[in-house]
Amino acid sequence: MLVAENITKRFSGVTALDNVCLELHEGKVNAILGENGAGKSTLMKILSGVYPDYEGQLLWNGRPVRFTNTKEAQEAGIAIIHQELNLIPYLSITENIFLGQELETIWGTLDKKKMRQTATELLQKLKLDVAPETKINELKVGQQQLVEIAKALLLSPQVIIMDEPTSAITDQEVETLFDIINELKQENKTIAYISHKLDELFRIADRYIVLRDGKSIESGEMTGMNHDQLIQKMVGREIFVHQKSAISVPQEELLSVQHFSLKRSAKRPELVLDNLSFSLRRGEILGVFGLMGAGRTELLEALFGLHSSLTTGAVLIEGKEVKITSPVEAVKAGLALVPEDRKRDGIVPIMNVQQNISLASLEYHVEKNGVLNTQAEAQLATKYIQELGIKTSSSGQLIKNLSGGNQQKAILGKWLATHPKILLLDEPTRGIDVHAKSEIYKLILQLAASGLGILMVSSELPEIFAVSGRVLVLSEGTLTLDTPIENATEDKLLKAAIAKKC
Amino acid sequence: MQTTLEDQKKRLSKLQPLIALFVLCLIIGLLSDKFFTVSNFWNVLRQISVNICLSVGMTLVVLMAGIDLSVGSVLALCGAITAGLFKMGIELPSQNLYIGFTLLGASLAGVLTGALLGFFNGFVITRFKVPSFVATLAMLTVARGLTMLWTKGFPISGLGEQFAYMGTGWFLGVPVPVWISAAVVALAVFLSDNTKLGRYIYAIGGNENASLLSGININKVKIIVYTIAGALAAVGGLMVTSRLDSAQPNAGTGYELDSIAAVVIGGTSLSGGKGSIWGTVLGAIIIGVLNNGLVLLNVSPFWQQVVKGFVILLAVIIDKANSKNG
Repeated sequence: MLVAENITKRFSGVTALDNVCLELHEGKVNAILGENGAGKSTLMKILSGVYPDYEGQLLWNGRPVRFTNTKEAQEAGIAIIHQELNLIPYLSITENIFLGQELETIWGTLDKKKMRQTATELLQKLKLDVAPETKINELKVGQQQLVEIAKALLLSPQVIIMDEPTSAITDQEVETLFDIINELKQENKTIAYISHKLDELFRIADRYIVLRDGKSIESGEMTGMNHDQLIQKMVGREIFVHQKSAISVPQEELLSVQHFSLKRSAKRPELVLDNLSFSLRRGEILGVFGLMGAGRTELLEALFGLHSSLTTGAVLIEGKEVKITSPVEAVKAGLALVPEDRKRDGIVPIMNVQQNISLASLEYHVEKNGVLNTQAEAQLATKYIQELGIKTSSSGQLIKNLSGGNQQKAILGKWLATHPKILLLDEPTRGIDVHAKSEIYKLILQLAASGLGILMVSSELPEIFAVSGRVLVLSEGTLTLDTPIENATEDKLLKAAIAKKC
Repeated sequence: MQTTLEDQKKRLSKLQPLIALFVLCLIIGLLSDKFFTVSNFWNVLRQISVNICLSVGMTLVVLMAGIDLSVGSVLALCGAITAGLFKMGIELPSQNLYIGFTLLGASLAGVLTGALLGFFNGFVITRFKVPSFVATLAMLTVARGLTMLWTKGFPISGLGEQFAYMGTGWFLGVPVPVWISAAVVALAVFLSDNTKLGRYIYAIGGNENASLLSGININKVKIIVYTIAGALAAVGGLMVTSRLDSAQPNAGTGYELDSIAAVVIGGTSLSGGKGSIWGTVLGAIIIGVLNNGLVLLNVSPFWQQVVKGFVILLAVIIDKANSKNG
């Protein structure tokens, strides 16, 4: 099958992979494990022809090969589904699936009929119930992920590399994905599966390959391994385990949301959020669970003033009704939003860590009559870099060069600098490795203990259980469950998440 | 070690336009003995001062990933308004009313007009989500049309010595337009590097979504920046009108392209977030020196345009190569 021997890859002096060996077993799901920066993605990019220059060699069915581009790898039968979505938003599903592989009629025009037919078949196989003419930007992230998979399957590859395929999709969609993977296995296809979610790996993977700091550490059969053993191999040390006792006892009411509804848009009056009422206390972490399309992200956005013309109902902060019609007012009212898509909505990539941290709080700390005080700004940045344990070579480092976990901490720092009362977190650990994840959880717990109220949207149940003191479940825009975490079970939450409106 | 090496590389790539300018001067100086003279030095600086005013405003707009195509027309309208008000004032025969304008009053009215047109650009762009390219393209036509209406298609000339001082006078051994553009540059550098507004401009260009979600009033910032760009175009209009002692209805045609060229040669990214006022100043100087050199070398004006086009391309290609390595 596919074997990598002694692969070394350097990026301008930094060694990303150091003498790595790997063997993918045919017809198996091979899990590639490792923290962020361990070299997983780099290795997969070498296997799929993205990086043609490296030391060492690849053996493909026993023969040495060197792919100089992704097309060569695809033609050899290796497909990759990247962590980031690579779809063109204004093109249809069919057009995206066939991008670069368009079918033509004998006249040299596009064979739209045949492409549509193939796309329909692929979508059916993936149980994605949308028309193939649908534009990508009309799809949810999870659906887009499935289109990526359809695109990869188009050339019926032998090896399919999946780089964190579940980072953006709901548990229900994960089930669909696993069904697909099992089918592919039956067709004797080989899967390389990268994920941070160990629970998934135990369900789906046959073998594991652990990378750490660019070196291959160990590989073997999944059977007989347990959670802690794998984590130890990945991290090389014991990791922080959360204690529920860290959650402080909630105090007085901070945020009260009453009969809160949100319309889809001015033209489409159906309700995305339907008559929600709940409250958040000081020091409380309120988890918000739900399937994709349940309205979780929209709830945070609406509270943050992004859809003010479409909302009805009341929002009270510390007992006083507030009318928040823009993020500017949201920040003034003491709200802070850590968005789901860090790259798109969170960081300003070409600014440095210091400038990203100070961005939301320039008027509080750093300026006088519009003039910046760079010394005060540097102090502010240093303070949060230390307090939050942001790993960066300096505060002048560009934020895009930091790992996902450290970027997330910098965004948290940006908000803490505004001294918010309420923190809205949307999938706070999406795409973040195990170790950084536990650090973020620790921070969230600390912040709640310091008196903030935290509303945390998550599609990962373990995450909900790890930090929240109470949990809300949304289903199709309605609140179907509001319960202390002690009374919640995974089963209960899932049932509430799929419950239909009464 | 590694970081210092990278830092050095970065610093070097920042110096590149400066080195390019130096080499350009050297070549022209070797080919023409008129280049390295004091009078030519001031000549070049005076010629570029209008473009500098426009380009400084353009840089702020481009840093936010916008564009302002209307600066040339706004320049013409504001120059004409100032000239018209100064020369003839406002007469309302029906009311038996006449308002005269001093030079200062007329100039302020001109700059205010520019600011107003810029404000309108910003308003349309933020309120109706019209792309800046389209909104300012519309303004390009509107302002040109208004100029024709105001001047009835004829130049407003004979403005007098007092008016001419702004474009042709000298102060402490330095041409007045150079003083004006230097002041504009100084203010803009301060604005972009040391103020909250400047930081927000970079942030919006770097990631508009993230800026919005950080509680920045991005509409306000945009409107302010387009207003500044309009006002600076008006300042350019005053200088042009004063230098020619005449407000030409077709003044400033194509100036927006020269100013975009200066911005781009100066290393500011059209996709926003990256660049600087100093870079633009260098870009404007490079264009100015190039124009001047080609004239001194008796190159036909048609070839000058061809050369200028290729210099723009070259600058962008070099900049791309640099950012790939960085």
